[in-house]
Amino acid sequence: MEKFDLDAPHSTGTTIIGVTYNGGVVLGADSRTSNGVYVANRASDKITKLTDNVYLCRSGSAADTQIVSDYVRYFLHQHTIQLGQPATVKVAASLVRLLAYNNKDMLQAGLIVGGWDKYNGGKIYGVPLGGTIIEQPFAIGGSGSSYLYGFFDQAWKEGMTKDEAEQLVVKAVSLAIARDGASGGVVRTVIINEEGVTRNFYPGDRLPLWHEELEPQNSLLDTWGAAATGPEPMSM
Amino acid sequence: MSSIGTGYDLSVTTFSPDGRVFQIEYAAKAVDNSGTVVAIRCKDGVVMGVEKLIVSKMMLPGSNRRIHSVHRHAGMAIAGLAADGRQIVARAKGEATSYESTYSEPIPVKELAERVASYVHLCTLYWWLRPFGCGVIVGGCDREGPQLYMIEPSGISYRYFGAAIGKGKQAAKTEIEKLKLSEMSCREGIIEVAKIIYKLHDEAKDKAFELELSWVCDESNRQHQKVPDELLEEAKNAATAALEEMDAD
Repeated sequence: MEKFDLDAPHSTGTTIIGVTYNGGVVLGADSRTSNGVYVANRASDKITKLTDNVYLCRSGSAADTQIVSDYVRYFLHQHTIQLGQPATVKVAASLVRLLAYNNKDMLQAGLIVGGWDKYNGGKIYGVPLGGTIIEQPFAIGGSGSSYLYGFFDQAWKEGMTKDEAEQLVVKAVSLAIARDGASGGVVRTVIINEEGVTRNFYPGDRLPLWHEELEPQNSLLDTWGAAATGPEPMSM
Repeated sequence: MSSIGTGYDLSVTTFSPDGRVFQIEYAAKAVDNSGTVVAIRCKDGVVMGVEKLIVSKMMLPGSNRRIHSVHRHAGMAIAGLAADGRQIVARAKGEATSYESTYSEPIPVKELAERVASYVHLCTLYWWLRPFGCGVIVGGCDREGPQLYMIEPSGISYRYFGAAIGKGKQAAKTEIEKLKLSEMSCREGIIEVAKIIYKLHDEAKDKAFELELSWVCDESNRQHQKVPDELLEEAKNAATAALEEMDAD
């Protein structure tokens, strides 16, 4: 019998993605907040704003990531005032990393920092569990990301357009939702570039269906067909 | 010469009736008594030069440096009490490294100047501290390009195209104003700074001096460093030649 390590760090339900494209970044996430098998929030927003030009994808403990993002937003705000101009994505990611690393004993937070600044363009930084910081052309995180490594190895390309990148992100999140029980709900995307920030929302019925999945149903009557008369009325 | 600060000049925490803090002004006098520091911002970088008055013939050339690197991309030139200057440089180095540890980027020159100015100003607020008896010129290159800041003992910090402190600052400023800095490269700037310092060195009052030059520009790879020896020699020769030309008239 294998021995289960009950203390091993594990990602609680989520799929988060950050992808750079030619001119900016696209961030994407599912919307399921789970507490064991109970879905606490089926439409949560896991992509949080740190500054006008930098956003954070949160996975892991919802409480931990919310506090970390609040602190970083506060520090970044002060830094922006002192500097006199928007902070760079690198600075934002560094602040996230400092909190994640220095409190690694207490936090369970897998984070992806993404944004655009005028010096370096679109950038994605992964800050996984231990508090490393790594700049990547794309990053994935959360329990659903396990199912996406092979997908990205094959589908990722350098220099995509904004629409290609967003389609890639939506497709990836929906694939993860299909396989990961702890990810679900809707797909949210945030596109950040020189022009600004665009938020998009893809409800479940607008996502592609994968292998053996059923179409969304309004009523079982549709499944039974027009011939069905429905349940028998009760007779006394 | 004595100024009429009677009674109001005993402590840095006392204002005079006409709104002056005499202790700070006296600190500025300490700066005015030291060898001149000249700095200019050229189109591709910053050049800083110091007229280092040699107190004793037994001093090794190159010792008692007045220009210090604060970080890879920024440096400071001190005028005034050397020991006070060392404190300020140490503090600036600390600020620069702590900024980089936190934000993972080199400290912007503006931020560095503001922090040093705050520190200098801090020491003018308490009766149990005395103001720093030195003026500091900060020169560096960051994302915004080359920048030059001057910090006085009062804690004021301004950004400049050209700045001078010390004995010959008035003469130096007049000379700097004649230069066309926006078209000058640092290579040319080195020669000009050397000429200015040689020109305003008073042979009668002070004895020998050593010229210390530093730059931070594209040619130095945006690092703050001593001007390479051959260029230093070239600058010294050009400056001496210019002086002789002037004397010959």
